[in-house]
Amino acid sequence: MKVTICIGSSCHLKGSRQVIERLQALVTENGVADSVELGGAFCMKNCVNGVSVSVDGQIHSVKPDTVDEFFDTEILAKVK
Amino acid sequence: MTKKLKKFDTKVQHLKYKVLREVAREAWADHLLEGVYEIPKRIVPNKEATMRCCVYKERAILQERIRLAMGQGEEENVIQVIDIACDECPVSGYDVTEVCRGCLAHRCEDACKFDAISFDKNLKAHIDKTKCVNCGACAKVCPYTAIVNRKRPCENACKVKAIQMGENKAAQIDDEKCISCGACVYQCPFGAIVDRSYILQVIDLIKKSENNKKYKVYAVAAPSIAGQFTYAKLGQVITAMEQLGFYHVVEAALGADMVAFHEAKELTEQENSFMTSSCCPAFVNYVEKSFPELLPYVSSQLSPMAAIAKYMKEKEPDCKIVFVGPCTAKKMEFKKDSVSPYIDSVITFEELQALFDSKDIDLTELEEGVLDNASYYGRIFARSGGLADAVGQALKEQGLEDFPCNPVSCDGIEACRVALLKAKKGVLPNNFIEGMACVGGCIGGAGCLTHEEKNKKDVDKYGQEAMEKTMTDALSVLK
Repeated sequence: MKVTICIGSSCHLKGSRQVIERLQALVTENGVADSVELGGAFCMKNCVNGVSVSVDGQIHSVKPDTVDEFFDTEILAKVK
Repeated sequence: MTKKLKKFDTKVQHLKYKVLREVAREAWADHLLEGVYEIPKRIVPNKEATMRCCVYKERAILQERIRLAMGQGEEENVIQVIDIACDECPVSGYDVTEVCRGCLAHRCEDACKFDAISFDKNLKAHIDKTKCVNCGACAKVCPYTAIVNRKRPCENACKVKAIQMGENKAAQIDDEKCISCGACVYQCPFGAIVDRSYILQVIDLIKKSENNKKYKVYAVAAPSIAGQFTYAKLGQVITAMEQLGFYHVVEAALGADMVAFHEAKELTEQENSFMTSSCCPAFVNYVEKSFPELLPYVSSQLSPMAAIAKYMKEKEPDCKIVFVGPCTAKKMEFKKDSVSPYIDSVITFEELQALFDSKDIDLTELEEGVLDNASYYGRIFARSGGLADAVGQALKEQGLEDFPCNPVSCDGIEACRVALLKAKKGVLPNNFIEGMACVGGCIGGAGCLTHEEKNKKDVDKYGQEAMEKTMTDALSVLK
């Protein structure tokens, strides 16, 4: 599974870094590093709803305080 | 019209801008082949000359400007002299002017070691040109400052001494010495020296992307952009760049964060603990051409522009990247084998302004976009001293603060030469040279719209506004 986090200016200001750091930790903690490929991209043209995170091409809006929930439903549930 | 003039320091810049703007207009409209012949008449519409002896010469010079604005010419150097625009300024060296009072002291005579000064019956000084070596000793001691050095502004601007008078008396650039810093371009009062433009390349990249659908065209903007477009807010500049057709704007300063971080590490690993920076392409070129023996000491890091672009191309190999900055030497750097895979084209702020106006984009009407990728330290690279500060900080952030970093920040080729000469002789007390070819750093670049004292403050303020306060945090998103 390819998970791409937007690191363009707008998403960066809304907390891309915190989202990335948390996702990296969750991926490791849950032992799914082999099946989840985390990456960054500059701008997904979804600036208003940042932080934009795409999962296999589909864009989601994630906030630093919703990362855990997002990880459970959109990533963990799908790779397990 | 007066409003437009305020965008630039000089009328020469304004003239160059008008040519670029008109060329761009024709290119957007797919009308350049036919339209190119109409541009001179559009810029000089009247029958009365306002710049040169006649409108025909004015238009002939404009044709040459258009040629360079279109990126034409086989010469490798992007800095080119327009022979017919060169006013062939008189070059007489030191001369005694009318201000000479015919005093009794005659300090000038005593100061001259070459016996070149004599006096007429009114006791006024005269310089014997067959004896004078242009040392300037007489001028220094004259209490009336009556002795002046009549030097061509281009030669005066060129601190690598690459400009001389050619056979036809027009200025001639020695490409063996020229580092393409553009100092002469900015200083020539007749606009006879011009940096070749790649705006047509950029327009083509944008058009063929079909609104960024076929591939994305990114702009990487240099941090000196803060304070350049004085009549608008930085956020409006970003929105305007996207309206122009760029998919997204990324800070070159994030590349600067990357470079400083690695450069600091590299410095601690140097065997004899001496290194110079590698960010400024004109400085690196100066070392190559004038201090080749010091080349092994130039940091192996890519420039910030190339470093961030490399990262972007690794993520998205088919994207296109245009660097937008203050620098004419970058137009040489992006053609190097080590950089060309990452950067597709380079334009200056001057050229960006022309592109905005070629599409009638009024920045003041636009909403403010955002630009925030880098840390404070990456952003202050734009002014002298910033790079050295960043390297010091990078040492700290990597737990290497015990390393005795003793940098010297050199802005302007003269300062760089002094430090490099000392380094060559092994008497430089510092272990790191921050080398910037332009006085003040990048904010003094030839492609800047304005060159003012406040530019440094603008860059510092922009640095403080960065959300990320450390390089480690700014870089963490790239992993």
